[in-house]
Amino acid sequence: MTSFPILSLMLLVPLVGAVISLMSGRETARMVALCATLIDLALGIVLWAHYDIGGAQWQFQEHADLFAGFSWKLGIDGIALMLIALTVFLMPICIGASWTAIEKRAGEYYAAFLFMETLMIGVFTAQDLFLFYIMFEAGLIPMYLIIGIWGGAERIYASYKFFLYTLLGSVLMLIAMFWMVNEAGTTDIPTLMQYDFPVQAQTWLFLAFFASFAVKMPMWPVHTWLPDAHVQAPTAGSVILAGVLLKMGGYGFIRFSLPMFPVASAHFAPMVWGLSIAAVVITSLIALVQNDMKKLIAYSSVAHMAIVTVGLFAFNRQGLEGSMVVMLSHGLVAGALFLAVGVIYDRLHTREIARYGGLAINMPYYALFFLLFTMASIGLPGTSGFVGEFLSLLGIYQQSSLIALISTTGIILGAAYMLYLYRRVVFGVQVHADTAAMPDLDAREWAMMVPLAVAVLWMGVYPETFMAPMRKDIGTLEARVAIAKPRGDADVKTVSRKAAATAAVALGAARVGGVK
Amino acid sequence: MSSILIIVFAPLVAAIIAGLGNKRLGAMPAKLITTGALFASCVLSWPIFIAFLGGHAETSVTPVLNWVTSGDLKFAWALQVDALTAVMLVVVTSVSALVHLYSWGYMSEEPDCPRFFAYLSLFTFAMLMLVTANNLVQMFFGWEGVGLASYLLIGFWFRKPSANAAAMKAFVVNRVGDLGFMLGIFGTFLVFGTVSIPQILHDAPGLAGSTIGFLGYRFDTATVLCILLFIGAMGKSAQLGLHTWLPDAMEGPTPVSALIHAATMVTAGVFMVCRLSPLFEQSPAALTFVTVIGASTCFFAATIGTTQTDIKRVIAYSTCSQLGYMFFAAGVGAYGAAMFHLFTHAFFKALLFLGAGSVIHAMHHEQDMRYYGGLWKKIPLTFAAMMAGTLAITGVGIDDVFGFAGFYSKDAILEAAFARGTQVGTFAFAMGIFAALLTSFYSWRLIYLTFFGTPRWDQSEHIQHAVHDAHGHDDHGHHAHAHDGTAGYHPHESPLNMLVPLGVLSMGAVFAGFVFAPAFLSEGSGTFWKGALVFNESVLHAMHGVPEMVKWAPFGVMVAGLLIATYAYLINPALPGAFTARFGFLYRFLLNKWYFDEAYDALFVRPAMALGRLFWKVGDVGVIDRFGPNGAAWVVSLASRGAVRLQSGYLYSYALVMLVGLVGAISWVIAR
Repeated sequence: MTSFPILSLMLLVPLVGAVISLMSGRETARMVALCATLIDLALGIVLWAHYDIGGAQWQFQEHADLFAGFSWKLGIDGIALMLIALTVFLMPICIGASWTAIEKRAGEYYAAFLFMETLMIGVFTAQDLFLFYIMFEAGLIPMYLIIGIWGGAERIYASYKFFLYTLLGSVLMLIAMFWMVNEAGTTDIPTLMQYDFPVQAQTWLFLAFFASFAVKMPMWPVHTWLPDAHVQAPTAGSVILAGVLLKMGGYGFIRFSLPMFPVASAHFAPMVWGLSIAAVVITSLIALVQNDMKKLIAYSSVAHMAIVTVGLFAFNRQGLEGSMVVMLSHGLVAGALFLAVGVIYDRLHTREIARYGGLAINMPYYALFFLLFTMASIGLPGTSGFVGEFLSLLGIYQQSSLIALISTTGIILGAAYMLYLYRRVVFGVQVHADTAAMPDLDAREWAMMVPLAVAVLWMGVYPETFMAPMRKDIGTLEARVAIAKPRGDADVKTVSRKAAATAAVALGAARVGGVK
Repeated sequence: MSSILIIVFAPLVAAIIAGLGNKRLGAMPAKLITTGALFASCVLSWPIFIAFLGGHAETSVTPVLNWVTSGDLKFAWALQVDALTAVMLVVVTSVSALVHLYSWGYMSEEPDCPRFFAYLSLFTFAMLMLVTANNLVQMFFGWEGVGLASYLLIGFWFRKPSANAAAMKAFVVNRVGDLGFMLGIFGTFLVFGTVSIPQILHDAPGLAGSTIGFLGYRFDTATVLCILLFIGAMGKSAQLGLHTWLPDAMEGPTPVSALIHAATMVTAGVFMVCRLSPLFEQSPAALTFVTVIGASTCFFAATIGTTQTDIKRVIAYSTCSQLGYMFFAAGVGAYGAAMFHLFTHAFFKALLFLGAGSVIHAMHHEQDMRYYGGLWKKIPLTFAAMMAGTLAITGVGIDDVFGFAGFYSKDAILEAAFARGTQVGTFAFAMGIFAALLTSFYSWRLIYLTFFGTPRWDQSEHIQHAVHDAHGHDDHGHHAHAHDGTAGYHPHESPLNMLVPLGVLSMGAVFAGFVFAPAFLSEGSGTFWKGALVFNESVLHAMHGVPEMVKWAPFGVMVAGLLIATYAYLINPALPGAFTARFGFLYRFLLNKWYFDEAYDALFVRPAMALGRLFWKVGDVGVIDRFGPNGAAWVVSLASRGAVRLQSGYLYSYALVMLVGLVGAISWVIAR
């Protein structure tokens, strides 16, 4: 397969689809969009099937020099593969979610979505620094349009805020990229990942990238664009925003910050931890008092993404793998939750929690799916939410029990706000006649929910399917950051002199480096 | 032993079929499939248990599927069966099968039957995963799975706000405990490099004398791990501080209370401590903590049990109290006694709950004992079953002759606590004896209020509704109401599918202690446990050497409790009223459950909500947005300065800025 440019094809298909739907009416456009996303899904499956787990780090590489030293260079590792899989998996569902909801300027809408798919896959496949940058930043544009044109009442403010935040961070990143290319003499990402930048320079390079990724993540306190963006975006926009766009921040940390600036990463780890635990506690508490369903889930996303950053900056295997699994899982679960909100929003046209209640009576299957995704969001073992959260928290515990303790309070607060939401929406009596008259899921909605439910359970019960392709790459990353890995200060195990000998024997290899 | 696969997964399959089939499938197939699966599991479980009793079974592990591999951290789905698991298997599958059967009658009028049975079977599956776990994470899976089922079943009647609140409270309070459990798992992995339970228990002795850093301080390693894990147990087993969800959980249907909130799920904490007993043995401090918490809970819950008027709440506090016994038994090293009490308690407490359900069924959903009275003639079989349960829980029996189930297990626990000879052991003994007095009192109080005295049914709204509905618009009906307090209501004995489980469990309550005491408690029980838990022979010897006074003390307080209850509720019914009037403060303190709910509401719930609003309105909106994106002029000026700096001669930068500017302009045009 290496000779066949499958990655370019995956970028091309949605792009062609975008052009066609731009020129078509609603009926044609959505059909084109569905076909294009399904073809990309099929290509994604082919890609995964031909990906050689444990083989070369970079596979499916393509390279063509363009003008002025700018090169078209694509390639993926296991981490990128998983994120591409997530993207192509969610896209047809997004088209399905828009099927009836989008009426005005549908051709342009589907074009924006398809264009965005190209850019998102582009982000995960780009191996040229500036190609990455263009994809990374251009990804904002369709999203900006989707919120600004097809959004709710306050869409202009929301899209403005979204654009401002994300652009501001990216300016700093661009400057840093210029400097890096100057220093290392290449725009090749795999080469840069192994390049040892001077330690002093790493500090500001890290911060410049951090400004961009922290906003994308989003980390507290640069998260306030997210609730507004989610609330105003149409359902499919929210799904893709939570499902894929939020993953770009985490992907950035994995692809750039950690491997390129390991020393600075370690240096700034306490700052990241601090912001993360602030996010877990603060945004969870905020989620608790929301009256708007989408806002609640948006705030919960901030809290979940904080678990990602905590895990990434634990600098160990479990933390890194856990973070990736949290990202994949959150993509499915938050996407599914926004979809679940969309299902009832389509029926009642309000996101206000108090307008619902008693849905278990007239929409029992909806209640079941919503329950599954709620539980996955809470991190119930057996669902995808648990595996990543567990690994990330286990990872950070090895660095700092205090950070682990505070991060883990997220499981209490998460249960509180999600169950409170579920209780108000699904349980209780039917107060409003129009709410009580809402029909249960139709065939189209079943078709969107079932794949998500299956994926969530699969990832919860047998995550190996998803972890295996990434294992080698995370190992490489772990080795890379090991240079500067901070000592697990609080939890190095020591044994008193008397019992040291016996304990050392009993503990076998005494895996924690600090048995003194 | 591949039968374990059927035992564990049959309930899951049944739950999926009944749950997804839901109303399309219909009530009868759902009932048949779930109940059938449970009886199959039960029938397959007993041979395993009997094989261990006979001493000719070995620990087996049946691998199912790999779960997670992350560096050194590996854990898989697997089913481990040893003596400890075998005990839990028979308890869980037997009680669950009987509760399924009982629910045929109890839930017969419920239109949502398939959902109910699906939840019950799902619960059983999760509980079986918990008890067969051979690594801590699978145990946590079961732990959370039973939590989910408990949440769903407490909130089964989701139209009731109180049921929804109780369900949510149960889940969230349990999550507080789970925080400890999770940190305990993290710490365990850090120390041992594995989460495999056999491996941990094998390596546990190596911890002696080691310390671990935790939250910036250094502590004894085993103590930190055990206390963290025990916090999880406290949540699930409703121990002091994290107990508040259990009484509220009575909002669920009564069969649920019997299965989950009495016999099985709430004992998971005790099971965990016993399962990890070699680890707990490494930390005297943690065992002291376990003992103190257990003893305090057993006393505290019993005091509240004396004042409650809701029949289910009395039994709920009783459960809480009995769990306290199990914990301090484990705390003093008598793990066998703890497990034995778990075993006997499962039968008699399930019996009491199902008996109470039968009473409630007969009394048209009335749960308040103040409106019962004189029922024994009307529902004699239920009365007989409740008597068996009461004799068992109060521990009636004569040494070396015969005793009801609780007699063997509770006396063993009290003797072990005394025999331990430590200060906390003696404290636990004192608390346990006092709680035994209270247990006897509130149990007999329940019997007298419910079955004896004159009927007080006419004060019950439920009964009034029932009578009114029965008479319809016939106004003459009201004249038929005699002044005998019955309001003309006729309680009926429950149908056979409810009485059979009561009968079977009554057998358990009467004979389980007598039959199985040798296996669990005698010197020879080491051959039964086969290392599944720490079998402490020195404790056993010391138990035999306790003074006669200690041996007779439980019997004495049991009789005292019986006499007080008899006098106060049978001979002189005016006494309780006079007593509560005299000691109003104490009465209100107990009636309001030591004000735990109020305190937690003021300390946690309200502040959390207030903080949430503060962070939102002041933090996000008032500060971040105000000085961030809304400070538009400031942002724009900064952005333009950034743009100036970009003019560094690179083609890229021009292209990009142009692109961004172009798109901005286009979108501006489109968006407006």
